[in-house]
Amino acid sequence: MTGFLQNTFNGLVSGAFYALLALGLAVIFGMLRVVNFAHGAFYMLGAFGAYVLLTEAGVPFWAALVIMPLGLGLLGMALERAIIHRLTRLDPLYNFLLTFGLTLILQDLVKSRYGVQSSPYATPSALSGSVDFGLFDFPTYRVFILGFTVLLCVAVWWVLSRTRIGMVVRAATERPELTPAFGIDVGRWVTPVFGFGIGLAGLAGVLAAPMRAVNPLMGADLIIVVFAVVVIGGLGSIFGSVAAGFGIGLVQAWGEAYLSDFPIVSQTIVFIVMAVVLLWRPAGLFGREEAPA
Amino acid sequence: MAAASAAVVLVAGCGGGGPQSGGDQKLTGDKIVLGVLNDQSGAYSELSGKNSVKAVELAIADFKAKYGDKAITKNITVETADHQNKPDVANAKAAEMYDRKGVDIILDVPTSSAALKVADVAKEKKKLYFNIGAATTDLTGKSCNKYTFHYAYDTYMLANGTGKTTTEQVGKNWYILYPNYAFGQDMEKSFSAAIAQAGGKVVGKDGAPFPNTTGDYSSFLLKASTLNPKPQVLGTMQAGAELVNVVKQYNEFKLREKGIGLAVGLMFITDIHSLTPAALAGTTYTDAWYWNFDQQNREFADRFQKETGTRPSFAHAANYSAAMQYLEAVQAAGTDDADTVVKGLEGKEVNDVFLRNGKIRAEDHRVIHDAYLAQVKPQAEVTEPWDYVKVLKTIPAAEAFRAPSADCKM
Repeated sequence: MTGFLQNTFNGLVSGAFYALLALGLAVIFGMLRVVNFAHGAFYMLGAFGAYVLLTEAGVPFWAALVIMPLGLGLLGMALERAIIHRLTRLDPLYNFLLTFGLTLILQDLVKSRYGVQSSPYATPSALSGSVDFGLFDFPTYRVFILGFTVLLCVAVWWVLSRTRIGMVVRAATERPELTPAFGIDVGRWVTPVFGFGIGLAGLAGVLAAPMRAVNPLMGADLIIVVFAVVVIGGLGSIFGSVAAGFGIGLVQAWGEAYLSDFPIVSQTIVFIVMAVVLLWRPAGLFGREEAPA
Repeated sequence: MAAASAAVVLVAGCGGGGPQSGGDQKLTGDKIVLGVLNDQSGAYSELSGKNSVKAVELAIADFKAKYGDKAITKNITVETADHQNKPDVANAKAAEMYDRKGVDIILDVPTSSAALKVADVAKEKKKLYFNIGAATTDLTGKSCNKYTFHYAYDTYMLANGTGKTTTEQVGKNWYILYPNYAFGQDMEKSFSAAIAQAGGKVVGKDGAPFPNTTGDYSSFLLKASTLNPKPQVLGTMQAGAELVNVVKQYNEFKLREKGIGLAVGLMFITDIHSLTPAALAGTTYTDAWYWNFDQQNREFADRFQKETGTRPSFAHAANYSAAMQYLEAVQAAGTDDADTVVKGLEGKEVNDVFLRNGKIRAEDHRVIHDAYLAQVKPQAEVTEPWDYVKVLKTIPAAEAFRAPSADCKM
């Protein structure tokens, strides 16, 4: 029982990262119809930025947790204005290729400056202990990640469901062809939403720095799973991406713990789940079937 | 007629130009070309990569300085290529080096699967190959051949040193975590054998996904702490960035405080640098060479740092040594003919900056030499950058490596 609870907890922590990344991808896809392949690269930049801030300027983890998402969000907005929006009218494949190219450039820039070896980043001292839950104890840092992410998701949900901006984003996501007909200027929200999505990726990166290897390829490895999460949740579905993020984290943790005698299954379980979901609901768990054009 | 006589003059001209004019050309193309084939952009590019090329260039400079005008040739060049850790790329690049770039010997080649491919190419082309960067014992086992030498280390050496000593000194019960592919499986087998031989027991083992895209090992680490009987040692066979993930999470879950020590299968100085010595303090592992072991190593490390800005990994030192020993062998043989050079190398005893009490075994072409049991220092004892370990014990060459395998048929 204790083992099960521990694995469940762990699954939720992994899921928190998937949820943050998938949420960003979902809002970006919803507003811009862009599959942002560079999302993993921004996650990597978040972690690397935290490392550089700490070693070059002595900026602690807590400050990096604010600076990096804001900075990367602004960078994202600049990129959206400068290049991405020029391609949104064309086939989505163009932006897919553009963001893929962007990923390679960002990775290689970091690689040429810092090399491929992982950079050290310590857990902030206030969070380095462990919390006793009676049945088991758990690293404080992981408890923090879970609590922080859940709070953040609730905040995003509140913004989306209770504010005017949220209403526009939801409308544009769910009925992209109909929203402008009501006289809503979707265009002015596109850039901030893109920046917000990128900011979330950067935030996930900062959170990952103390517990994951910080190197130029860390995002490239993770993003494939995150794409699977988004597809399972339903492309463009905001609630679906968060739910699928935590869900996949759980499935993976349980798979590794209880199917370790069948490594082939436990290693591919995310993609098995994806295949089953797509066969059963082609639009994903929470996705809306595309109406025929 | 005119063309024929011109050709005669040309041939005579070439022969006369060399130091020993004679009928046969002693060097193909009148030069020696060393090929460095390794990972120049991926996971292993720090521990080998471009700095291996620098190490080989240092060896060439030292060789020229040593022999001066008596050197067999002053025309020694380096060819280099990136195999991206992919066996098929390694295969194509190796063939290109031997056939089109006039390479006499290929050096380095990390990543076991790529290393084995290059051994096949060397055999087919009848050209020399000193493997430095890869760990698989198959290079001197079922894939051994006349032209392939395994120079620096292998999975047996790592398991024998770390597995045996940790079982004797830290604890008998092990949990082994390995990346589930050729290298990891080979490491798990070698370690299990070494642990059993030292009277220990593997109470649990798991193959983690490779590559591990999630970067998460917590379910394995949690399992280790709940096993019955409880393991006293966590043996991780992960390498590079994956090792960094395992150790970060090992510390996060405070397994050391729960009485589970850490043993690392394969670690390079660059990994300790990434994790900081504090994260690894007290961890023992087997090292093929350490830059601050003695004065001779340190002098080499200082020169290397001047060239590259960083301290050498054991792979860098081994590349230097391998290039040097090859050039010495060509000098002694008076030719770069592969069969003649191999004959000169087999059974040769060598001492240099990398090889201590070294011997190039004729039976399987394993290069044996002293290995070192090393321990990561606590942060407080680190007095200068990159000086992260102390050598606990020298493992004599004869004990460090396995006896020639029956699988090897030259």
